Amino acid sequence: MSGVEVQGIRKSFGGAPVLDDVAMRFAEGRFTSLLGPSGSGKTTLLRIIGGFEAPDAGTVTIGGADVTHTPLWKRRIGMVFQSYALFPHMSVADNVAYGLHRQGIRGAAARAEVARALALVELEGFDARRPKQLSGGQQQRVALARAIVTKPRVLLLDEPLSALDRRLRQTMQVELRRIQRDSGLTTIFVTHDQEEALTLSDRVAILDGGRIVQEGPPAEVYERPATRFAATFLGDANLFAGTVRDGAVATPSGPLRSEAPLPAEGAPATLAVRPEKVLPLPAGAAEPAGFNAVDATLRQTVYAGATSTLLLATRDGDPVKCFCQSRDAPALEPGAALRLAWSPTHTLVLGG
Amino acid sequence: MSAPSTPEGRRARPSIASPEGRRARPAIATAALLLPAYAWLLVAVFLPLGAMLFFSFLKTNPFGSKAPLVFTGAHYLAFVTRPYLVDVAITSLRLGFWTTGICAAIGLPTALAIARATRGRVRQTVFLLAILPFWTNGLVRIFSWTMLLRQGGILDDLVHLVLPGVGSVGLLYSFPAIVVGLVHAYLPYMILTCYLAVAGIDDALIDAARSLGARLPTVFATVILPLALPGLVSGSILIFVPVIGSFMEPRILGGRIGVTMGTVIEDQFTQAYNWPLGSALSFTMLGIVLAIFALFSSVLRGRLAP
Repeated sequence: MSGVEVQGIRKSFGGAPVLDDVAMRFAEGRFTSLLGPSGSGKTTLLRIIGGFEAPDAGTVTIGGADVTHTPLWKRRIGMVFQSYALFPHMSVADNVAYGLHRQGIRGAAARAEVARALALVELEGFDARRPKQLSGGQQQRVALARAIVTKPRVLLLDEPLSALDRRLRQTMQVELRRIQRDSGLTTIFVTHDQEEALTLSDRVAILDGGRIVQEGPPAEVYERPATRFAATFLGDANLFAGTVRDGAVATPSGPLRSEAPLPAEGAPATLAVRPEKVLPLPAGAAEPAGFNAVDATLRQTVYAGATSTLLLATRDGDPVKCFCQSRDAPALEPGAALRLAWSPTHTLVLGG
Repeated sequence: MSAPSTPEGRRARPSIASPEGRRARPAIATAALLLPAYAWLLVAVFLPLGAMLFFSFLKTNPFGSKAPLVFTGAHYLAFVTRPYLVDVAITSLRLGFWTTGICAAIGLPTALAIARATRGRVRQTVFLLAILPFWTNGLVRIFSWTMLLRQGGILDDLVHLVLPGVGSVGLLYSFPAIVVGLVHAYLPYMILTCYLAVAGIDDALIDAARSLGARLPTVFATVILPLALPGLVSGSILIFVPVIGSFMEPRILGGRIGVTMGTVIEDQFTQAYNWPLGSALSFTMLGIVLAIFALFSSVLRGRLAP
């Protein structure tokens, strides 16, 4: 058992609250991402779980045992830092062996473990190199090997991929997932990159202003964002504000329907739709039966190879986005009129 | 996945285009920037040093006599012909080791504390206090130690205030008194060099070591100390050399026992007017110091190699 649970965690730095009553369970063997903008408290939460910071209030348990007051060096966690934090005066092998030596594993036994860990991250033959002689991606893998060679109970990753370029980051994402699955480590991953969080995680928790605003499997959090923040931070969203009237929301662009339950009659409500769910139709065309539809004017088409993004404006001038395959993108000049349609199934009702 | 072949972690540097003319300009600029320093070194260091080297091979002082110059290497045999100089040299080296060692023992923790536990205004203040000895006149500094260390002095009074029974404590005119004065004078060098080394240590390195199961003493021994070593080494060199040649502290705080190479050499120049012997002794000490550094650097290199 090495699931992690935090409860009632509060932390403030110099009077400014950073974490405000955070509770969360990280299931054993699962890969959980803490996603949020900078200043949302995600790194602080990770550091509290690791024992690098003490919470002002609340408890941290690992494998059912309360470790809130267990010193860092006794917690048996593996941490990969944003800066990798490799010891510059040691070789790759010595870096990886550092944690083993602290556990009293030395000599041939340590060498065998180091070789196994370096093989896992595909860095055989790099033992004698110094960190400075490695590329960023290689350093990152040494840091990972160093963190998992001690067989920690929890693996903590603090934006380990953010210093890598795009291509390498994608390769490392796949690597990281493979290594995590193979080792079965309970993993907590801090990132501000929403795509990375969706790609890698079994579960995603979105933090904002020191609170967890939503938590669940990536698809659920993406498809069913609970708040305006969750909808706009994780992916793009077109928002339509209005008032509930006759089972629909009356907006300046017309009444819009959702399959999700609406607030009470007459209450204000905000509806959202993901840009990739929006169908661009010629002006005046009939939308599929039961679909929501609004009229819009094309402002710009942003071509990105496989996909294109249509930037539009509603009659009131509110911006609307529509993602489509470049093959399906209408060849229109800016200023052209379009009709946008989407299903009530994809129409989200946002709280907050 | 195959090992990536490009150094993708590093940001591409804007490289200077290859034509030769472009590359020549930085070389000229570099030379222009170095010129003042090297011109100064030439005039202020190598010329006098060259003159001293010349003197050290003369038989007698060249001043005030019309006699032709007579060259001899005899002064370099001073340690053989005057055996008491060996004891004097050993005293100087002991002073060097004690002072450097105590400076390291005090300077590294101080530098660590300044670098890791202070910031902003507090850091500036603590720094200023640590560097204060630099700003005080050497003689004033040393004479104020005589007031503190002599029998019936301030230290003596303080000790009697706490322990009325004990006899009088007079450190003045003893080996420890000289070391106290020298440590006071040279500690700032060690604090500064160690600070520079320690300030560059990323906090995450210490977090990483702790997360891997290291307690603080282990973190110090395995991470902080090796990374602070360059600072300790350069601080030690900066301190050891002038301490070996020091003569004010030994003379004033050491009194009769304060006979060191520094005082002997000074005497040759100011009392005995035997400049050739003084120069020869200086160069002999320089040779001994360089030999010690060579020994230490090979030992250090041997220890650092895996």
